[in-house]
Amino acid sequence: MDTMRDRFAPVVSRMLDEDDRIAVVLAEIGADGFREAGRRHPDRVINVGIREQLLVGAAAGLALTGLRPVVHTFASFLVERPFEQVKLDLGHQDVGAVLVSAAASFDWPSGGHTHMAPGDVALLDTLDGWTVHVPGHPDEAETLLHHAVTGDDKVYVRLSVQSNRQGRVIDGKRFLTVREGLRGVVVAVGPMLDAVLAATEGLDVTVLYATTVRPFDTAGLRRATRAAGTDVVLVEPYLAGTSAGEVNRALSDIPHRVLGLGVARRELRRYGTVEEHVAAHGLEARGLRERIGRFVDTGRPVTV
Amino acid sequence: MTITAAENRAYDYDDLPALMARMTGDEKHGPAATSTLDVLWVLYDRVLRVTPRGRDDPGRDRFLLSKGHGPMAYYAVLAAKGFLPVDWLPGFGSYDSPLGHHPDRVLVPGAEIGSGSLGHGLPIAVGTALGLRARGLHDPAVWVLTGDAELDEGSNHEAIAFAGPAGLERLHTVVIDNSSARHALPGGIAARFQAAGWSASTVDGRDHEALYAAFTAPHPGRPHVVVARVEPKNA
Repeated sequence: MDTMRDRFAPVVSRMLDEDDRIAVVLAEIGADGFREAGRRHPDRVINVGIREQLLVGAAAGLALTGLRPVVHTFASFLVERPFEQVKLDLGHQDVGAVLVSAAASFDWPSGGHTHMAPGDVALLDTLDGWTVHVPGHPDEAETLLHHAVTGDDKVYVRLSVQSNRQGRVIDGKRFLTVREGLRGVVVAVGPMLDAVLAATEGLDVTVLYATTVRPFDTAGLRRATRAAGTDVVLVEPYLAGTSAGEVNRALSDIPHRVLGLGVARRELRRYGTVEEHVAAHGLEARGLRERIGRFVDTGRPVTV
Repeated sequence: MTITAAENRAYDYDDLPALMARMTGDEKHGPAATSTLDVLWVLYDRVLRVTPRGRDDPGRDRFLLSKGHGPMAYYAVLAAKGFLPVDWLPGFGSYDSPLGHHPDRVLVPGAEIGSGSLGHGLPIAVGTALGLRARGLHDPAVWVLTGDAELDEGSNHEAIAFAGPAGLERLHTVVIDNSSARHALPGGIAARFQAAGWSASTVDGRDHEALYAAFTAPHPGRPHVVVARVEPKNA
């Protein structure tokens, strides 16, 4: 199967052909995919070289002239390294951009810690007004990229080599109910869905599938808790508990419990494969089953 | 908001100290507060093609104040040119005033960017120049004002190194050099830009004719920097 990132350049290249408002801004990484498009649109495919502060600053300047910049590099160099540019050049200047990251939490484990960004979504959570899409399949990535370029707001699209086996029909806003149960709600984010479905087989829990996590689908979560109760498990492909605050806000008037599963803060200092890192963080079906099972077993679900 | 006060009378360079006094209460300002004053005046009075009514015109020239610290001279020039009402000036820095100690583009009519954190203006100006080019607007000029010490920030050097080879002819930087950089650039500021393919000139930042000549010097195919030397900050 191709990856989300394999879709990125062809999809955005077509957008460049169809919409002269779109501009792509790169810092070397991913430039090969835009070679053809760059020949057709030399002024709207911009590679600033290995300069990530300029990458985001220049995107802000493009937005100030009315263009819709699509900015791409690895998550660590897109959100973390130029974080002040994300905060000020986009947020404070009151302009938008579509930031599309690759490499996610540990897509390239043999590259080590420098190329891992499990904290990207948590970091964006310190800022106002970001939409965050976390596709779980290349088809969904394509859909969400189309949602992202529409409008002028600030959008983050988190691409990963981790993927579910099949894509689902998503609307760029709401959670999808994949399974219904009575003993808790499990929110599976993006590429975590397959593992969550395997882990919760026979557990009598509701499984919601989230591919757009900011804004958080508060109404969808509340609706699910009516039948399934207010024990909520988050399974996120980035830092564990990143969305716990969102769940607490959504259920602030109701007694509830939250378990946040995801990537641990502790630096592993390990290379290896994606599968090994998934297992190390307890995010494979067996590890999830154990922790989700324990959580719902000890719970006393409150029906709303 | 209504912008009428300034439009009812014309202000001149000689009025600027009085306008600044409305913000600070001081009749006389030291060199640090006015280091940008002459550059700003010559730009807004004679060079930039932007008016209060045309401040959203896609074809306008853009001036980006990157060195947002000490913006009294900037606000005074904007008020003198009718971008903001003169009666906003006394509230400078107060809770209800749109005029802060660092400008906010959302609050200040005519301000192209908000600034305060150093080293953001030049990269945004690069993007603005690229954006205008991509939109087929080859006429508008983009200007960005930085300080000499502001060039310590590495983000500027990302922008300088890119803009030269990219041939951003409509990009202009004016560096106010008041010798405030802790470690001055070896060989001088202009040399740093020239090494990256910029056209450069260094002039007396108080001499209006020299500034005007440097601002309007042709620089085909290359971005242009004007280093405007003023009194040393710590002299």
